[in-house]
Amino acid sequence: MSDSYSHIALEGIWTNNIVFTQLLALCPLMAVTDTATNGLGMGIATTAVLAASGATVSIWRHFITQEIRIPALVLIIATLVTLVEMGMNAWMHQMYKVLGLFIPLIVTNCAILGRAETFASRNWLLPAFADGLFMGMGFTIALVSLGAVREILGSGTLFANASYLLGSHFSFLEMTIVPDYKGFLLFVLPPGGFIVLGFLIAGRRIFDDFLFRVLPEPRNDAEDEPEPAGAAQS
Amino acid sequence: MFDTIKTKYRRNPVFHAVLLSGFALISAVLLIIGNQLTAESIELRRIEDLQFSLGQVIPADLHDNDLWSDTRTLKDADGTGTTYHLARRGGEVTAAAFEQTTAGYSGLIRLLIGVDREGKILGVRVLAHTETPGLGDKIDHAKNDWILGFDDKSLTDPTEAGWKVKKDGGVFDQFSGATITPRAVVKAIHQGLILFASQKDRLLAPGKEGTS
Repeated sequence: MSDSYSHIALEGIWTNNIVFTQLLALCPLMAVTDTATNGLGMGIATTAVLAASGATVSIWRHFITQEIRIPALVLIIATLVTLVEMGMNAWMHQMYKVLGLFIPLIVTNCAILGRAETFASRNWLLPAFADGLFMGMGFTIALVSLGAVREILGSGTLFANASYLLGSHFSFLEMTIVPDYKGFLLFVLPPGGFIVLGFLIAGRRIFDDFLFRVLPEPRNDAEDEPEPAGAAQS
Repeated sequence: MFDTIKTKYRRNPVFHAVLLSGFALISAVLLIIGNQLTAESIELRRIEDLQFSLGQVIPADLHDNDLWSDTRTLKDADGTGTTYHLARRGGEVTAAAFEQTTAGYSGLIRLLIGVDREGKILGVRVLAHTETPGLGDKIDHAKNDWILGFDDKSLTDPTEAGWKVKKDGGVFDQFSGATITPRAVVKAIHQGLILFASQKDRLLAPGKEGTS
């Protein structure tokens, strides 16, 4: 595992993306990505918890022995999520009303446990924090792109209710792509999510293949990723 | 330091049990502190939300009193109490609003129902819920106008057979992808109206303002 932050950023956002490469966190993914706005809300909330859990696990990593690591990590993540939920409810109530629904779903996100186990428990505080942040960003990108495709195909709109999440300055984001659209229920429901996800992953592979052919022979250590084998982790 | 202890005791299960208990203890302490710090603010936010929703379910021209402080609590047949916020104009009770709680798809849904003297619905709002974002959360007026479909409804309009979602042969819409949530809301509102009808006489009797 390289220490360089640009490598961590590239890993989190593209080469080791939680959704497109690791195929983790499918449960919250399918549940909330029927609109791009919901995807964005879930992405922001998850990024906050990923970064916080990365930092916390990294601080305590010497005390988390191999034998107790799973219950200890679950405990840490669940505590963090609960604290975030209580704090938002008390002091950021407007935001809580919008994001509050997503927060309990974060506990079901196995990617957070995955990063805590594979990265944060083996690295120093700052890289662990950065890893959580960039993994969260990659997750957010996946959620928003999947949500956008499903929203356009399923409801004919894009970023509906965005001003409700981001404030009235962002109401320009709300677009009606297809006027008088009758709706296509399949894409609103989880099966449509799986179908769109399949096409997005395929598109990503084609893009990577294209890069592989077009780019000159990579420098020694950089592009040494083999083709992603699908399931990088369990 | 800790690493040497770890090497020495790593085969001893008690060591790991103690470590894990330590984590549990720290988590518990953090959660207690968090709860203590936030409980008061959360309660205030809850009251603000309720006050805002009260204004939404009872039109302003129906009352000249303070809806928030003018309450009356009545015991149901089974001993549980329901607190009604009363709307008065010139001393006479014109409308009432009360909370109903029901189990939705995931967790409890808290509803505030406003009705006039005849038991006709003036408005319904969802105070709190944890339904699936994008599916069940359409019951929230901020996201969808569905909840306005209950306005002007009563126990006689529609009749009992109509107090269901369309999928079950009733008159109320369900949403695509979520049937359990609207089904629960329709049922809870219907039960609320039945409850109100059974307590109407005691409730609408003139009495002095304030908490009783």
